[in-house]
Amino acid sequence: MIGLALVSQTKEAEAGRRANRLVLVVTKNTIDQVYPPLILATTAAASGLEVDIYFTFWGLKLLDKKSHTKTKLASVGNPALPMPNILGVLPGMTAMATKMMKGQIKKYWPTIPEMMQQAKDLGVRFHACSPTMGLMGIQEKDLIPMTDDVVGASTFLDWATSAGTATIFV
Amino acid sequence: MLDTKGTLCPLPVLRTSQAIKQVKVGEVLEVLATDPGSKPDLTAWARMTGNELVDATEEPGNPKVYRFQIRRTK
Repeated sequence: MIGLALVSQTKEAEAGRRANRLVLVVTKNTIDQVYPPLILATTAAASGLEVDIYFTFWGLKLLDKKSHTKTKLASVGNPALPMPNILGVLPGMTAMATKMMKGQIKKYWPTIPEMMQQAKDLGVRFHACSPTMGLMGIQEKDLIPMTDDVVGASTFLDWATSAGTATIFV
Repeated sequence: MLDTKGTLCPLPVLRTSQAIKQVKVGEVLEVLATDPGSKPDLTAWARMTGNELVDATEEPGNPKVYRFQIRRTK
């Protein structure tokens, strides 16, 4: 019983120290920059955390109906690809690299739109960055229904500086 | 029993978090996985959610199979 009491005390102490909310900033729309935050968001929600994702710059394309399903893998400026880097600029190379990567990913993970739906089902909130919308000419009617709201920097900072929140910028 | 063999992070944890809701509080869910990160990940998930990882064993093979017993606590 003493052991159990100690365990529960440890848990309580830990609960006070641990963040219970995760805020993710997604600034890119390439396969390698989108899967990691979506994996963290779904896992965090499944682990009992509140999760908010702030989609800004190219990341906002994930909330745009026109580009929601069109995330690609960059063949230019991506020295990790298994080919001479200079070939990345050839026509069709981005499409080819994207197709190969998606084929490999399909064996293990849901697609990006499927993973976004899973995140929503787990209670993750999606926020569109208001200045990016102005910059890219995206209007509220252009956003996918999964979008919760349109917010700016102050709203984001309000969350990010709250006690108990962990923030990750991708 | 939940079989996540052949899947990678985060699917073993996501599926476990769904499957644990299908067992009664106090009951044990058995989870099978081949993801090499599944042991630390399910340990961390149990700690964060307050569920109890009762037992974790490894069965040799290629790939190695991890077997977890997780008690739903709430």
